[in-house]
Amino acid sequence: MTRCDLAIIGAGPAGLAAAAEAAGLGLSVVLLDEQPRPGGQIYRDVDRAGRLRGRILGADYLHGASLTGAVRAPGVTHIEQAKVWNLTVEGEVTYTRGEETAQISAKRLLLATGALERPMPLPGWTLPGVMTAGAGQILLKQSGLVARRAVLVGSGPLLYLVAVQMVRAGAPPLALVETPGGLGRALGALPQALRGWRTLMKGTGLLRELRRAGVRRYRRARDITIEGEGAATGLRFSAGGAQFIACDTVLLHHGVVPNVQISRALRLDHRWEAGQACFAPVLDAWGRSSAEAVFIAGDGAGIAGAKAAEYAGRVSAAEIARDLGRITQDERDRRSAGSRRALDAERAVRPFLDLAFPPAAEALAPADDTIVCRCEEVTGGDVRKTIRQGCLGPNQMKAFNRAGMGPCQGRYCGLTVTQILSQATGADPEATGYYRLRPPIKPVTLSEVAQLSEHQNPGADSKESRS
Amino acid sequence: MKTDLPFEPVARPEGVRHVTISFDGRDYDLPEGANLAAALLSLGERRFRATPVSGAPRGPFCMMGACFDCLVDIDGVTCQACMTEIREGMVILPARGRGQRP
Repeated sequence: MTRCDLAIIGAGPAGLAAAAEAAGLGLSVVLLDEQPRPGGQIYRDVDRAGRLRGRILGADYLHGASLTGAVRAPGVTHIEQAKVWNLTVEGEVTYTRGEETAQISAKRLLLATGALERPMPLPGWTLPGVMTAGAGQILLKQSGLVARRAVLVGSGPLLYLVAVQMVRAGAPPLALVETPGGLGRALGALPQALRGWRTLMKGTGLLRELRRAGVRRYRRARDITIEGEGAATGLRFSAGGAQFIACDTVLLHHGVVPNVQISRALRLDHRWEAGQACFAPVLDAWGRSSAEAVFIAGDGAGIAGAKAAEYAGRVSAAEIARDLGRITQDERDRRSAGSRRALDAERAVRPFLDLAFPPAAEALAPADDTIVCRCEEVTGGDVRKTIRQGCLGPNQMKAFNRAGMGPCQGRYCGLTVTQILSQATGADPEATGYYRLRPPIKPVTLSEVAQLSEHQNPGADSKESRS
Repeated sequence: MKTDLPFEPVARPEGVRHVTISFDGRDYDLPEGANLAAALLSLGERRFRATPVSGAPRGPFCMMGACFDCLVDIDGVTCQACMTEIREGMVILPARGRGQRP
């Protein structure tokens, strides 16, 4: 078993910034990531794609190249293409790379696993040709592919950014179909948001670029249905009358939510964040979770964006270095003061964005015949029927109708099931709770698991072969 | 290059070595090391598997290893296409769904 001071899961902005900072303070760092190259989803493949497609993807994306050097920093061991599938609060990490399973024992853990798209169950959302807006962007970043006849559907600044990137790539979306927003309600949060004025300016810049390009925008769209036999062929909705747009690709987005797969599997404390309509781990000001040796930084700690993730990674790294006796409390405070100020400014803009771009109401309360759990094909009606039969919580739901029991392990149905339960029982989402997640947090083959017993009992194999 | 395919390439590297793979019995020349899900999408492949519950077709949804909708069978092992890089000689089949069990 490899030993180190700090194991970081995820090589996005939080993980990269934390790795560089921690190694700079003398810690031995192992940085594990599932992708072949660093950057996370937001800066996916930035070192290669930035050179080829930087003009399309923009300056905010290219900033990621300033972080990826962390993987080559002295003191940092980058293990790429590592599928992390078990962790303990004592700092043990089990992962498989290729067909080899290995373990790391770290004094501290930093989870930097970022965000997932908020599940958006609409009729037809399981058809081939329907993807998340993030997926559309990943195709453009990593693979230089842009959808030709695409409609963007939902709510949030990411939709505008993806639309603009498609315009710059020479394939403007057929339309931007926006679900009802809350700009009126958001105005109250505007004064505070002005601390993050750069973010706001970027948003208005994107909208200007879309207008210039003549991208059609439908506002306050409702009754959205994706149509197609075997694959998506069109989008039906109402917005000032009935609308239909023929298309090959539908890109869905109504915000991102913390990826809590690991923090839940570690049984860390979580709370319901009403403003962001999602669960987030409970953390102190340094990113320390309810388990002393486990820290969380970046969007996995609560959605605040890529720049905030970078600052939060540095803040956590400084505290971990103090915790392990490498620097004093004063040094920690001095070192992290700038990052903390910048982090606070990034977070200041969030309440405004959360109010201005709320989740699509019809996807939070999906119709009875809409699939909620993609893996097990459990519908909204199935979930409600189970509730009428007396099911009180998400974990009973699994036993009754298999919602959340498929290979994605609830990543794309967990929040929906909690919300339908909460709507039906009147209990708030916090009290309703979430799926109990258990390792392995990614599917593994039996031979990948069996290798562990070989590591732990050397010679066990040969004994068996003799008998 | 304008085509009728759902996706078109933009600003991609030149001179990458191509290798032959097969998907669902069809042979393709694709850039070595490219993302498998993206490469198949670029060829117009959209249905990567059928679901075990109803046999419904599915294709890539999240492109980041979270949704498991792009599952394919590569040389006998079920894999996420969006987390796989193309290697010479891969034999890929859609992950089998309802009614397709051998």
